[in-house]
Amino acid sequence: MSDVELRSRAAAVGPECGRASALGAGTRRVRPGTVLALAFAAFLLVATVAPSLLQTAAPNAIAPRDAFSPPSLAHWFGTDESGRDVYSRVVQGTGASLAIGASATAIGLAIGLILGAVAALGGSVLDFVVGRVNEVLFAFPGILLALLVIVLWGPGPVTATIAVGLSTAPGYARIIRGELLSIRDSGFVEAARVLGHGPFRIFARHVLPNALVPVAALATLGIGQAVVWASSLSYLGLGAQPPAAEWGAMLAAGRTYITTAWWLTVFPGLMIVLTTLATTVLGRAITARDGRRR
Amino acid sequence: MARASRPLRTFALRLGGAVFVLWAVATLTFFAIHLVPGDPAQAILGGPGSQASQEALDRVRADYGLDQPLLAQYAAMLGRLVTGDLGTSYSLKTPVAAVIGGQLVGTLTLALLALVVAWALAIGLALWSTAPGRTARAVSGAVELTAAALPHFWLATVLIAVFSTGLGWLPPVANGAASGLVLPVITLAVPLAGFLAQLMREHLLDALEQPFTVSALARGETGAGIRLRHALRHAAIPAVHLSGWAVGYLISGAVVVETIFARPGLGRTLLRATELRDVPVVMGVVLVVAVVYVVLTVVTDVVAGVADPRLRRGGSTA
Amino acid sequence: MTGTTQAAPAPTDAPVADVLAIEGLRVTFGDGGAPVEAVRGIDLRVGRGEVVALVGESGSGKSVTARAALGLAGAGARVQAERFELDGSDVRRATPRQWRRLRGAKAGLVLQDALVSLDPLRPIGREIGDALRLHLGLRPAAARARVLGLLELVGMPHPALTIDRRSGELSGGMRQRALIASALALDPPLVIADEPTTALDVGVQVRVLGLLAEAAARGAGVLLISHDLAVVSRIADRVVVLADGVVVEAGPTGEVLASPRHPRTRELIAAVPTDVPRGVPLLGAPATAGPSQPAAAPAVRPPAPTGAPPVVEARGLVKAFTVGGSTTVAVDDVDLRLERGRTLGLVGESGSGKTTVARLLLALTRPDAGTVRLDGDAWSELPERARRPQRRRIGAIWQDPFGSFDPRWGVERLLRDAIAAGGGAPGSAAVADLLDQVHLSPDLAARHPLDLSGGQRQRVAIARALAARPDVLICDEPVSALDVTVQARVLDLLDELQREHGLALLVISHDLGVVRHMSDELAVMRHGRILEQGPAERVFDAPEHEYTAALIRDSPRLAVGPDARRDPADR
Repeated sequence: MSDVELRSRAAAVGPECGRASALGAGTRRVRPGTVLALAFAAFLLVATVAPSLLQTAAPNAIAPRDAFSPPSLAHWFGTDESGRDVYSRVVQGTGASLAIGASATAIGLAIGLILGAVAALGGSVLDFVVGRVNEVLFAFPGILLALLVIVLWGPGPVTATIAVGLSTAPGYARIIRGELLSIRDSGFVEAARVLGHGPFRIFARHVLPNALVPVAALATLGIGQAVVWASSLSYLGLGAQPPAAEWGAMLAAGRTYITTAWWLTVFPGLMIVLTTLATTVLGRAITARDGRRR
Repeated sequence: MARASRPLRTFALRLGGAVFVLWAVATLTFFAIHLVPGDPAQAILGGPGSQASQEALDRVRADYGLDQPLLAQYAAMLGRLVTGDLGTSYSLKTPVAAVIGGQLVGTLTLALLALVVAWALAIGLALWSTAPGRTARAVSGAVELTAAALPHFWLATVLIAVFSTGLGWLPPVANGAASGLVLPVITLAVPLAGFLAQLMREHLLDALEQPFTVSALARGETGAGIRLRHALRHAAIPAVHLSGWAVGYLISGAVVVETIFARPGLGRTLLRATELRDVPVVMGVVLVVAVVYVVLTVVTDVVAGVADPRLRRGGSTA
Repeated sequence: MTGTTQAAPAPTDAPVADVLAIEGLRVTFGDGGAPVEAVRGIDLRVGRGEVVALVGESGSGKSVTARAALGLAGAGARVQAERFELDGSDVRRATPRQWRRLRGAKAGLVLQDALVSLDPLRPIGREIGDALRLHLGLRPAAARARVLGLLELVGMPHPALTIDRRSGELSGGMRQRALIASALALDPPLVIADEPTTALDVGVQVRVLGLLAEAAARGAGVLLISHDLAVVSRIADRVVVLADGVVVEAGPTGEVLASPRHPRTRELIAAVPTDVPRGVPLLGAPATAGPSQPAAAPAVRPPAPTGAPPVVEARGLVKAFTVGGSTTVAVDDVDLRLERGRTLGLVGESGSGKTTVARLLLALTRPDAGTVRLDGDAWSELPERARRPQRRRIGAIWQDPFGSFDPRWGVERLLRDAIAAGGGAPGSAAVADLLDQVHLSPDLAARHPLDLSGGQRQRVAIARALAARPDVLICDEPVSALDVTVQARVLDLLDELQREHGLALLVISHDLGVVRHMSDELAVMRHGRILEQGPAERVFDAPEHEYTAALIRDSPRLAVGPDARRDPADR
């Protein structure tokens, strides 16, 4: 029997198995992907707090004779144009890169929270206004808004961070608004009203706690995205600048050597990819844990 | 009668909304640019380091209308926009419309090709993820996740390293031939495909759990028939909805991709203009992208509405 | 009807006239770990032209049996049988491909609500025509003519127009007709209908059952699955009662209803509220007391005296909603009185404005005109701030209790919160006491609503409503998501609590049987207006309005029962 038939069983005997499937055996188990993501997150944490624990060489030690060595046992990720160990530099850059990603997410999320909350809880006029503002901001897709910000304030890591934060804000606002609206219109908020609870108590006891987990999941997912965007700007020469041991800056520096020394761009890029993957998996794990309760 | 006038009204509302968005984008960009310190005349004459004479600065200000009050400049800009005039580039000294016009076709070709490829990949991935067996689901899920996490610049680098430097199959830079398009299109398409596939897969699985799937099976429908005739339709609608946004995302991705593959286009023009602080060009590109985005959003809304009449009625049906 | 005389299970050399013959059917779910045996050796036969009802509570295995009969038990299921014949051919070793040829051609399936059982994105004509395309290879044009014929057959109004509509664009009754047409497309010898009338208004229910009876009259065998004996007893020739995956009783409908042998059958019969007088617990005395002498049960309660000033009084309520430019009057000039210790039943079809009335009484919605007064004082006109301290006095129970629980809270926290809202001391003792009042174990306090059954959830919802020590309880479709037996227990509980606490109840339901059993007063609502209102006995026995009479006539009841007759319209 085909797999469709298997899956349709859930619908077929839904009412009879509803309770069992809600408690599905697999939902409590931690998935292997989540474990890997947690392990990588731990690596990133150590690299941020105490990079020297993970480094195999001094990140800024120049050794012109070793320049452009391909990956080897001595230099896992090879060496760059000055003979510096790429692996140790990647580890060194973790803190700066994550700081940019986290700050950009914080900026985006803060604006998104304000806009989303105003739209969802502030009445229909404000909802309309925020909706239109959001619509306009959505017309600057991807890094376009970020480029505009950079045109205004000039390139650099701080501008890039703010730019990425601003360009992610409308997306956050839209999701947070939807989340808050679904809680506001839920049966349990209505039940609390019927019991005579006031708006502040309802907000503190029901709306806020129920919105927190989705926001935490969003923030986790967002850090990975922000790291990608910020490093895209760095790659284009508009963010962190080359001498710095920051992933985006290392990419920009290695860009010139794409055809001769691929490892200069591939490995810092790989860290970005893995970071994004890890945050996505963790963000989803948070949502899934929460979803079990809904 | 009532059936005919309603879509018309909806369409008029959408059109009004679209015009509003474009006006707001133009206004926002204009004031953002003009409220920030910095002398445009300096930028026109080659930046602060150029040591242009006061005379030259005055002449440039008069030429570009920069000596007018801000609101007059704003009104003049809106007036020009209505006639399709996007102003004159500071760096190239040519009309922005001509600068962009020359680049638009190349970038749109790139973006639309990437969209088509992304859709094809996404449908394939999503269908694969519903195939029998746990492995298909796990592997396709991992592929989608990874694809969606790939930054354009990194994917492009890897593709060049493998297919150009390593295997020598495809050129690393655009050469005008079709083969030069392959790597840029793949670079843009893969992350989007991962994203679309995740969305489609979720809705596919959801549709396969609906009672109408049981009804169709009970009619003697095949597994493939269920997927293609029923589930895929349900999965495609949200993806169609996103396609307007997706093209915008692809154009923004073109900034990176065109730079890496040394391919002329809107993205590279924008990047250059950004570096040179060529305000009219940046503004022009932003506006053109906004137009593309707005038009495509209206189109995708209509397409999705045709496919799912529930959307036309304002989604009030649960 | 042919099957009525065949009481005993047929011998093994039964005539080939059976369209479905199953013996010793076992269905097991789950691999490895702990396999669950959902069906544990069932015998089932459906003859040509016969309507067989498969009745049981949720989890009894009835749906699994129906799916197995179509080869749709699922890949995770292991299906075994000593005999398994569909229209004379053994299907025990049928391949998926063979099953696909049988489905639709030899057996059609009618599911619950057609809104989700027909693809909402495809016109119904295409959905119905699919069976013709798959089995006969008909091209769309040829199929269309046949589909039009099928729509005529099921009495679809304006087939030429509706054939191009999608299920969401049709009314509930029309949708269900389309779904039946899709099952009948190839004139299959067996039609399986799984809860085909659940969640439908009673009038539509009757018409759907009529269509199935017609199919049987044309020679098809019909297997009708339901949790509600009253629904199926209208058309079934034979009844098969399932419990925990085994057949506990089987026989001609009349015999089973008149002299049920198994306690589970008796429970199913007793749970039907329609003709049980007010105040008599449905399942009150544990299954020892036969339902054949309900009047002898000692628990009959004299109705609370009437004439006291009302707790809640609504006058001239009007509420209109504007959606997309068009205005609908949901509630139009409604007057209601709720008295202490008495129940007002409010009955009407979906969309009649019942729920809006409930929201107006709860002051969750502001009326456009009219007032609601609480104990003679202003209620609906009060500013929210002034009303809030009084709110605990009117409690509410909804159809979906789960949605009314904060997903982050367990049972204990839910109840403590409500006790505090009522001004009580929210200790563990109070929580345990509340759970005891709704006949739940105090251990449940530690659980999450997710881990409770539907009936338990509704009891927790009732306990929460009680916790605030209300004077009035608004029950909006309190049991319509529940099985009849669970429904009966919840209704008994509400009755008992009303007696203990002197609550004024408003029971809103589309099911006249429920309302009539629970109510002292009855109000019938349609298109936002109250058509008729009065003492329940009077309204039920001598309806003034034709619509009320139709509702009473269509209301499901046991065709042969304690004091019902074959044709309820004779009453």
